[in-house]
Amino acid sequence: MFSIRTKPDPQRYSFDGLGSTQYPNLMLRGAGDLDNWTLERYRGQWEGYQALKTALAMEPAALIAEMKVSDIRGRGGAGFRTGLKWSFMPKDTPERKFTRYLVCNGDEGEPGTFKDRAILEYNPHQLIEGMIIAGWAMQCKTGFIYLRGEFGWLSHKLEVALQQARDAGLLGRNILGTGWDFEIVTYRGAGAYICGEETALLNSLEGRRGEPRVKPPFPAQAGAFGQPTTVNNVETLAAVPAILRMGGANYAKLGTPGNTGTRIFSLSGHVKRPGLYELPLGLPLDFIVNDLAGGSSTGRPIKAIIPGGSSAPMLDAKDFDCPMDFDSVKGRGSMAGSGGIIVMDDSTCMVKVVERLIHFYAHESCGQCTPCREGCNWMEMILHRIENGQGRAEDLALLASLPPRINMRTLCPLGDAACGPVESAMQKFGAEFEYHIAHKQCMCGAPAGV
Amino acid sequence: MNHPLTPETSAEPLAPGQRLPVSERKQLSPEAVAEIQAIAGRYPDKLAGTLPALYIAQREFGFLSLSAMKQVAAALGVPEPHVYGVATFYTMFKKEPVGRYHFQVCTNLCCALNGAGELLRKVAARTGAVPGEGPTGDGMWSVEEVECLASCGSGPCLQVNEGVFDEFVDEAKLEAILDACRRGETSPWGE
Repeated sequence: MFSIRTKPDPQRYSFDGLGSTQYPNLMLRGAGDLDNWTLERYRGQWEGYQALKTALAMEPAALIAEMKVSDIRGRGGAGFRTGLKWSFMPKDTPERKFTRYLVCNGDEGEPGTFKDRAILEYNPHQLIEGMIIAGWAMQCKTGFIYLRGEFGWLSHKLEVALQQARDAGLLGRNILGTGWDFEIVTYRGAGAYICGEETALLNSLEGRRGEPRVKPPFPAQAGAFGQPTTVNNVETLAAVPAILRMGGANYAKLGTPGNTGTRIFSLSGHVKRPGLYELPLGLPLDFIVNDLAGGSSTGRPIKAIIPGGSSAPMLDAKDFDCPMDFDSVKGRGSMAGSGGIIVMDDSTCMVKVVERLIHFYAHESCGQCTPCREGCNWMEMILHRIENGQGRAEDLALLASLPPRINMRTLCPLGDAACGPVESAMQKFGAEFEYHIAHKQCMCGAPAGV
Repeated sequence: MNHPLTPETSAEPLAPGQRLPVSERKQLSPEAVAEIQAIAGRYPDKLAGTLPALYIAQREFGFLSLSAMKQVAAALGVPEPHVYGVATFYTMFKKEPVGRYHFQVCTNLCCALNGAGELLRKVAARTGAVPGEGPTGDGMWSVEEVECLASCGSGPCLQVNEGVFDEFVDEAKLEAILDACRRGETSPWGE
């Protein structure tokens, strides 16, 4: 397959947070180098599969305890403690043996997030190693990597990487002579954002429409194919070998208490040097956006920041001092989510931004729950009207009345995610909405449409 | 209520009563049927073979006609309505033909902040295809607006068929991509 890839220009795009060398790179080592993905390189340069040896010498329970010591929280968005999640998996008893599954969530589709893609492209073996270790900790025999449909070009490479691991005796039958078997199967989605939600992903993996399930039962009780299942994000699983290499206690020293370790921030929008920045949790937003990414790319002041992927409510310039960890961002009324930081300067029309985002949610709503299906379409319709100079005086009250009728009334968080941008933008940039309705045009002078 | 502007919905694959176009190919090849059955055997339940099987059928037929879906159902031994439901749920399963080179331009927020709208208009102008309206008369090009391709930091981004052509697509890069397609250096749709 032929494809055009520009050689990464470190001045223009960051692959690992250049200029932040005082922080350890645990997951993006070698990122930006298109030859970095091979087994040879991973073993030769990056201590590859050393952590697997350590892990296989440990009792599964001790491994889960080590994850609890590291206190790592899931990097997919919800920030749930990984060690705790792993401990939910049922253990075999003399009366009952379980078939347990591990599923890697590679359905990265949150607008503003592009970290998993970099791990899959540049460091797939670290993910594979993390999965094998997780498989041992939970005593699974099969792991699935669910990739979004658009990553078809990545799945070819991933298959080669998996085969390299199999050929080296690291995956498949009798791993490293321990007598334990573990196989990884890839599965490709077909273009549905909702499949990033774990139960929708499980339905998709079973060959069904990607509609979220009613919980309980939780995946640890009945997940993929009705068996106990743990679903972890790509980044979380890629962090597992790093945790074992340095030890859970040392990993927990990175970041802040309760928000440990490093995570990959994806910076996009109006910043001088967008890209990926792997940093310890808890650094101030100002430091990441202005010092590392070079601040505004247009020279205009920054007006709004989405701190955790498009589902996170917006922050504004007053929140530049906010430490970027799960709890602090939550304290500002937003969420750290998937770590996608979208920066917008003061020429950006917030009505247009919200309209574009809600178009996305209305498009991606699976249609199962009425509040989300109807509510997102209504919000889109109203925003479309306002953006195109046809807003009515009563539209703002109507728009504001919708999020409370969607929030927490759906099976999955997609409806809640659609409400975040609407509520936060109306609260922080309400004047722009009013101006749009009163003057039939944008306060910032931006034309309608993308 | 009378709304002057209805929201632009995603390309609705099938309106009630609307018929799917018919593909030139009539039958799945025996190799494809064998491939579908082999894949279904990799999973604990043959139903899980639905998505991979639809990809195989799409490769064979170019898109998924009703007949293609029925053949997938037969090859897997699963109910036809299930296959239909899955095929119409996911946007990457094409229910209508696309061009030999199918351009997918992300216009979600991050790309839009960096000129995705302009890129979409340029792609449409250079290929002569109307976004979301099927292939050009010669069957060469089609253009589609898509949601996030996970290249937010290097937008505006563009995907052609299943290859990746991302990273700051400007006019010069767009020309290079179009040339590569014209010269046949890029795999055409379905290959």
